[in-house]
Amino acid sequence: MTKEQRRKTEGVIALSLSTFSAILGLFWLAFILGDVLVQGMQALNLTLFINDPAPAGVEGGGLRNAFVGQLMITLCASLIGVPIGVLGGTFLAEYARGRKIARMISMLSDIVVSVPSIVIGTFVYAILVRPVGHFSGWAGAVALAIIMIPVVLRTTEDMLSLVPWELREAAFALGAPYYKVIIQVVYRGAATGILTGILLSIARVAGETAPLLFTSFNNSFFSLDMNHPLSSLTATIFQYAMGPYKSWHAQAWAAAFVITVFILFLTLLGRLIIKWRYR
Amino acid sequence: MAVTVKKNPGDIIFSALTTAAACTVIVLVIGIVFVLVRESSPAIEKFGVIQFLTSTDWDPVRESFGALTSVYGTVVTTGLSLVMAIPVALGIAVFITEVSPSFLKGPIGIAIELLAAIPSIIYGMWGLFTLSPIMGAYVEPFLKRATADIPLLNALFQGTPMGIDILTASVILSIMIVPFTASIARDAFNLTPDVVKESAYALGATKWEVVKNIVIPYSKIGVFGGMLFSLGRALGETMAVAFVLGNNHRIFTSLFDSAATITVTLANEFTEADKDIYLSSLFYLALVLFVMSFVFLAIAKFFLARAERRAAR
Amino acid sequence: MPESIALTVKDLNFYYSGNIHVLKKVNLPVYKNSVTALIGPSGCGKTTLLRCFNRMHDLYPHNRYEGEILLEEKNILENPVDLINLRSRIGMVFQKPTPFPMSIFDNIAYGLKLKGIKKRTEQSGLVEKALQQAHLWAEVKDKLKASAYELSGGQQQRLVIARALAVNPEILLFDEPTSALDPLSTAKIEELVEILKKQITIIIVTHNMQQAARISDWTGFLMLGELIEFDRTDKIFTTPSQKLTEDYVTGRFG
Repeated sequence: MTKEQRRKTEGVIALSLSTFSAILGLFWLAFILGDVLVQGMQALNLTLFINDPAPAGVEGGGLRNAFVGQLMITLCASLIGVPIGVLGGTFLAEYARGRKIARMISMLSDIVVSVPSIVIGTFVYAILVRPVGHFSGWAGAVALAIIMIPVVLRTTEDMLSLVPWELREAAFALGAPYYKVIIQVVYRGAATGILTGILLSIARVAGETAPLLFTSFNNSFFSLDMNHPLSSLTATIFQYAMGPYKSWHAQAWAAAFVITVFILFLTLLGRLIIKWRYR
Repeated sequence: MAVTVKKNPGDIIFSALTTAAACTVIVLVIGIVFVLVRESSPAIEKFGVIQFLTSTDWDPVRESFGALTSVYGTVVTTGLSLVMAIPVALGIAVFITEVSPSFLKGPIGIAIELLAAIPSIIYGMWGLFTLSPIMGAYVEPFLKRATADIPLLNALFQGTPMGIDILTASVILSIMIVPFTASIARDAFNLTPDVVKESAYALGATKWEVVKNIVIPYSKIGVFGGMLFSLGRALGETMAVAFVLGNNHRIFTSLFDSAATITVTLANEFTEADKDIYLSSLFYLALVLFVMSFVFLAIAKFFLARAERRAAR
Repeated sequence: MPESIALTVKDLNFYYSGNIHVLKKVNLPVYKNSVTALIGPSGCGKTTLLRCFNRMHDLYPHNRYEGEILLEEKNILENPVDLINLRSRIGMVFQKPTPFPMSIFDNIAYGLKLKGIKKRTEQSGLVEKALQQAHLWAEVKDKLKASAYELSGGQQQRLVIARALAVNPEILLFDEPTSALDPLSTAKIEELVEILKKQITIIIVTHNMQQAARISDWTGFLMLGELIEFDRTDKIFTTPSQKLTEDYVTGRFG
């Protein structure tokens, strides 16, 4: 084989391998999503949303309490995490732009992101569960909020920094004070980006299990009380999938299906918005 | 260039609000470290540092705890999953940046992001119900037969293949970190300036040669940093492996053994801990994990900063 | 006919970041209802001088004014001064068109909103008047709700001028307003300046000498922070009294 042919062949082999990896990646995606789809749809029916769990081993229970609990915890987490994240990101991009403290807080924010979510769960347990004496929905919401804050903070900071400086000066030249410049002009310019960051952070925490395991724990009964243990879809999936009953397994698949659809929908929505806006 | 803020009441209130919000991050980091250390101090006092890290004990009854079995499990699953994930992730990154026709780049990119968005509990559940039976019935017996006569290798595949073991856990973990690693690698590859690649093509290089000789060396610092990030992610994973690991505290030698990682130990035992020293030892484990992921984060950031500085030149 | 004075600059010195002496003892009058051009090579301080008039330098730390700028006998460089009121009397148009991420209507109305005119009904009349003044009304009257980003570069710059005009300033500062525009849009803006000067006083910074010669009544030539010469435009460009001025306007250095 001539040297040229050898180079060509080596190239073809190497690039085929990379194509194979891409196919492999797509294969896993199709396999996992397909499984969730098939198994989940089988167990999906109206009783799942209407009924509360039946006693162990008894047929016909539902997961209404888990759906409601998951919604409540995620909602409260967003109500805590989003404002703090957006305001914090505003601080870094506006009032502290270019200063050392902005770098320091950015770094600390990355540290919080890297903490394993189960360790965050133990942290919240120590400060919000043990002193109070019992698990609570609030503790779960706080744990999820802690995970959300650095994500929202970073996206907000990045999006605000993309707004050109001249826009702020033009608003100043009209006589606006800084906080109005930020709220009325800069936020508007960065609105889609910030919104997408929020959507993606909600998608991230909606599927978390580990931080809820020792904060909101679980509850086999329907409850709207955030001050006590609250059921969540993810904690229930953990309990049911590890349990011995076939009916539990089926419900776990159905719950997994619902969560996956919800999260993938939010993620796709977020990406599409970014694409459309920053064409 | 920060703007000087004048004494306007609205500005005072708003800037105070934003400052407070940004400071929650500082409070969180200090708080987490402080709380973890405070909660583990009974265990630290009783077991010390070296002894805790090297002890294979994990006995709630005798109240003797050591981190080695959990750390060992964490290290092995993380290492194994990275070994399996990195080649695939790099291959995908090469595909997206260099091989794929432009109309495919978008869809495949989206597919990778969707994979990355799937929550880890889904991976874990799928691993338990779908992958584990396949591993136990086909893959693992095959591996056992194939290595039966190879001296060192067959020790890795000892025991009854049940599918609930280190190997399955590592496979699931590796599938989980591929998308994340692939995107970081792709971003690192994209930092290579087009003009540099064009000069190589102009000299007659083939596409693969440009990748091998130009793109990969140019981005290797960034890719390495990305791999360290993935390592950090894998280190802290709980739900993907909790279903199929078995939670058995021991130093295992075969990949077919069940084992324990720090995260799975925490998940399974935290709410069961009935004695103070038990809970404190669990916090101690959490502290160890925190330190481990912090160290890898610091190294990863260092490498990524180096890569960005080089690209900006 | 003695012309009345809008602003007087008296012994103005300006320092960036504490000690970098950028404007050195500048003295000049700005006459009402005229166009005063500030010209000079890059870095001469003309934009710095312009930004003193509406105290834009106050935004950044460690900047320092010395001397006076008198608006109706009051020194606007002295503290305390109501910056918001000052900036509604002296407006600014920047080099790059800076439409806000809002509709065309809301862009113009923004300055009005800041001044407390929040009702749409009150705003519409003023918005239309500003757009007429900026010669943009005919082109946008049917799409006031459309995003400002849908306009062309030249239209956006006229939008920004309309936005500044909406708050009824006495003086309008232009910082190289046409350097980012094509020749056709430039011509339109120059036409606009000629018409606007009948109602307000205009100070324009430009690095384009022909533009200064075309549209201004008075010209100030700066170099290295000093005002070398200030006189009627035709005199500066035909029989300047300083050698440096002559060298610059004849192109011996840029």
